[in-house]
Amino acid sequence: MAFLAFENVGISAMAACVPPKVSYSRDLTGLMSETEIEKTIESVGIREKRFAAEDVCASDLCYRAATQLIHDNGIDPESIDVLIFLSQTSDYRIPATAPILQQRLGLAQTTACFDINLGCSGFVYALSTAFAYASAKNVNRVLLLVGETFSRITSQRDRVNAPLYGDAGTATLVGKEDCGRSFFSLHSDGTGKDAVMIPAGGMRNPANTGNLEEKEAEDGNIRSDSQIYMDGLAVFNFAMRVVPKNIREILEQSGVALEEIDWLIFHQANKFMTDFFVKKLKIPAGKAPYCLDRYGNTSSASVPLTVVSELYGKPGKQQVLMSGFGAGLSWASAILSLGNCRISPLLEY
Amino acid sequence: MNINDFIRNFADIFDDTPAEEFVPELPFKDLEEWSSLMALSLMSMVEDEYNVFLDRNDIENSCTVEDLFHTIQSK
Repeated sequence: MAFLAFENVGISAMAACVPPKVSYSRDLTGLMSETEIEKTIESVGIREKRFAAEDVCASDLCYRAATQLIHDNGIDPESIDVLIFLSQTSDYRIPATAPILQQRLGLAQTTACFDINLGCSGFVYALSTAFAYASAKNVNRVLLLVGETFSRITSQRDRVNAPLYGDAGTATLVGKEDCGRSFFSLHSDGTGKDAVMIPAGGMRNPANTGNLEEKEAEDGNIRSDSQIYMDGLAVFNFAMRVVPKNIREILEQSGVALEEIDWLIFHQANKFMTDFFVKKLKIPAGKAPYCLDRYGNTSSASVPLTVVSELYGKPGKQQVLMSGFGAGLSWASAILSLGNCRISPLLEY
Repeated sequence: MNINDFIRNFADIFDDTPAEEFVPELPFKDLEEWSSLMALSLMSMVEDEYNVFLDRNDIENSCTVEDLFHTIQSK
């Protein structure tokens, strides 16, 4: 059972960056009627999202967030011992992106650098890895960079996915902090691997001219096998089943009461889903902040983006519960304190 | 669980379709207002009211409101 507890390790600082280009849901008139657009905006909760320019990758957005974090907190880049990059839209198939960012950020060659590949549960998973490294005796600082440019892998002629995904990059600095205990609960269910998938382009179905071509799929949407597919109903059903249960489980295992949590940061998948969790868990609505109305579903970046965009400048002890869920299928939650975390204002790049 | 309560709960998730249109024989997927988002509302309502998880196959294999009712009863 992957229930992890840490002591005297915490998040020291966070920053996030979104591209300046706005894609408005109201402009989806080529995909659906104006009435359908209105209903989609109301249910899914996404009014607009950000798309990266053609020459901007997830790593560039993360780089910008990281340089801001380093600057705002007076961090010596050489003091960073571990760099983790989590994305499903990394720069290259080979090499990993983390060493490229190590060089760009001016980190020492003694820095451990590696990528993690997970979807919307990814931030919580990678954060647990960062906490584990930061718990090691000789490690003082772990820089976790989580970003996505799903605009690159989404067919804009796909009625399911086109309204959802936006781009963002984030930076989270983890280190030895006097902020009590933190808990992580991590889960997986590979029977649902087909629910969110890019079928082609890996070794199972190598890229070829056929699977790069956008064509009408069985569900009537137009996309290629090299673009993201999602079975929305299956994912919703999965999230309904596992997320409230996982949150109750981590509260019980950690001995933390829901009333002690100041903020519940959900992966920003869609408003309908988050509203369901809020109602199911009887969470006061104001405790579950949203940013998906402005930035859409940014996959693994959505949890840290929500912290930066919604909690910047908010006072309080900031005990938070984070919940991520998605492709894999994979889901995870964490309880930790942001009491020592310095949040930089949201950037555009 | 009785079918009249279920029909009332089901009709409540629709904004534009008049409640009187909801009868056991209604082929609900033919309603103009039916959409994948309505399917999410249905799943959410059924879980809330009856503590039953409907999946996409349950909805796909149900033609009428009565079929849905029987599916929920059998779970």
